[in-house]
Amino acid sequence: MTFMKKTLTASIAVAAASTMAVSTAHAEISDNEVRIGYLADMSGTYRDLAGPGGEAAMEMAIADFGGSVNGSPIVIFSADDRNSADVGANTVREWIDQRNVDMVGGLVASSVSIAVTKVLEENNGLGIVSGSAASSVTNEHCTPNHIHWVYDTYPLANGTAKAVVEQGGDSWFLLTADYAFGHALEADVTKVVEANGGEIVGGVRHPFPTSDFSSYILQAQGSGAKIVGLANAGADTVNAITTASQFGLTQSGQQLAGLLIFLNDVHALGLESTQGLLLTTGWYWNMDEESREWSERYFEEVGRMPTMVQAGIYSSTMHYLKAVEAAGTDDPEVVRAQMADMPIEDFFARNGSIREDGRMIHDMYLAQVKTPEESTGEWDLYEILSTIPADEAYRPLSDSQCKLVQN
Amino acid sequence: MTMIFGVPLAVFMGQLTLGLVNGAFYALLSLGLAVIFGLLKIVNFAHGAQYMLGAFAALLGFRYLGINYWLALFLVPLVVGSFGMLIERFLLRRIAHLDHLYGLLLTFGLALIFEGTLVNFFGVSGARYATPEALQGGLNLGFMFLPTYRAWVLVAALAMCLFTWFMIERTRLGAYLRAGTENSQLMQAFGVNVPLLITLTYGFGVALAAFAGVLAAPLYPVSPTMGSSLLIVVFAVVVIGGMGSILGAILTGLGMGVIEGLTKVYYPEASNTVIFLVMILVLMLRPAGLFGKEA
Repeated sequence: MTFMKKTLTASIAVAAASTMAVSTAHAEISDNEVRIGYLADMSGTYRDLAGPGGEAAMEMAIADFGGSVNGSPIVIFSADDRNSADVGANTVREWIDQRNVDMVGGLVASSVSIAVTKVLEENNGLGIVSGSAASSVTNEHCTPNHIHWVYDTYPLANGTAKAVVEQGGDSWFLLTADYAFGHALEADVTKVVEANGGEIVGGVRHPFPTSDFSSYILQAQGSGAKIVGLANAGADTVNAITTASQFGLTQSGQQLAGLLIFLNDVHALGLESTQGLLLTTGWYWNMDEESREWSERYFEEVGRMPTMVQAGIYSSTMHYLKAVEAAGTDDPEVVRAQMADMPIEDFFARNGSIREDGRMIHDMYLAQVKTPEESTGEWDLYEILSTIPADEAYRPLSDSQCKLVQN
Repeated sequence: MTMIFGVPLAVFMGQLTLGLVNGAFYALLSLGLAVIFGLLKIVNFAHGAQYMLGAFAALLGFRYLGINYWLALFLVPLVVGSFGMLIERFLLRRIAHLDHLYGLLLTFGLALIFEGTLVNFFGVSGARYATPEALQGGLNLGFMFLPTYRAWVLVAALAMCLFTWFMIERTRLGAYLRAGTENSQLMQAFGVNVPLLITLTYGFGVALAAFAGVLAAPLYPVSPTMGSSLLIVVFAVVVIGGMGSILGAILTGLGMGVIEGLTKVYYPEASNTVIFLVMILVLMLRPAGLFGKEA
């Protein structure tokens, strides 16, 4: 060969060899960093149940884990999805294309989660949905690229609605938020109420979000139903409850059933107007010693007691990082499988495990809001009445429409 | 039971009543905006935030200074209005000679600053403001139970609207203002301090927004974002009524409240958008607005 050709061949050979060496050394953790994206409503209706507090929980998990996995630092990106499916999906697309994000967490409004998980499926990413409620996230909208962590509308209906019907509340009027979450909750509650001998006598769907509930409360009063079920969340629920008390809803003999109530809602409304409300929760800060310990640490950082979603974000991030460490890589498919292989038993989840449809099942709890006399502190708000075991709380796989389930 | 298009009469009447209450509210808010735009040609995008500041001032005044509701109704508009006057004197006046767009951008920026600062300190969950004792409870109207407080809002808002309309259309001060905005040089030649008049008028418009904010505090959770969703509706009302018309803003506000209320009965999912549909229709058929004068 000529000199030029020899040098060229040699340089190509060296280049190829070094690329191979480089790629083998970095095949474990992509970009030598574990990148997590936190996507949630940071300024709107659902800010206080996850929001910046959820990001703080994620940071706590990363710090407690040591800040790095097998020598690769852990990095967070965060963004405000404004409860918009478009904004959420585009943000995640950008994160995947430009920042090689390995896992997307947070995910609050159900419409956002459904859109984002589709993007993750197209790009073979991994997501952990902690804030959303719609059970459709692991039903018709399931994907192999996400896990649903904290709770969903199925145990909410099974817990709260069932308990209310058993107490005599057999005629219902449903006030529903008009989007994916509200529809899912409405459907699940209707099934449970009817299965337990009750009846849905009427309902109305309100735009999401709404601040003026006066005309809907009026319709609820006119329906004659014993129970007015609130199939909405966050600021919507707070507004609805406030308006209901202004219009004397409970004075005229009807009862409110809050189908999705968070700790921060009860705190904002006060025990006067929420006492006696039945609710289903995935976790409560004061339910036992372990939870209390973690919550007190969280309170030091953030200044408010954590909601179940914020605790779930910590728990899921920790589990994810443990899985990355055990698998030795941040490849989404491998980590997903590793996460499913490991049971979850921490301060947040009891008897926790991840099913083939991506649903993380764990014990749920029926709780009741304390009366002002029973409460011993600003955040001492719930009484846990009973436990709904993990294998009973969630939609059984035999009923599932998820494409990943062999039915 | 008498039915109106499938809805019982009692429910229909109830929604109509609520619609009027909401409409009075829209009227009050769009009045402030109409005064500012109609007379000063400033597109005040900070109006929603100023309404929110009124509600917050009432809340914080109660929490930290013990100022009760009735005192707040009087004090808060004065305080927030004065703040508005400062904004006009030191910020808006500097860009008064420029295109309207700059006023819009400036006030929009101010709104974002106010909201963002308060979100930082208070979150968005919203705080409760107790209904004053004298206005608690309700009136049984037969077809519905109307909270006394909402009846009060209807009365107070309409009274304030009437007062404003009277001031602008029937008093000498109002005449000066109207003349001053048409031909300020001539008015100044007559010895009228037109710049001061403009500052006072902007302050008055802001005070109207703050007054609406105090009225709203016991109704809706007081949250930094309470003004932003309302603002766009109020602008739509002003556009429908006609940008320069005071009476138009009042009547349109009431009308839109009623239309929105009725939509909530028959097709609630559209209640957020019906006012904009009306706006589109009006703009297509009568671009100057229902009561507007063709420019």
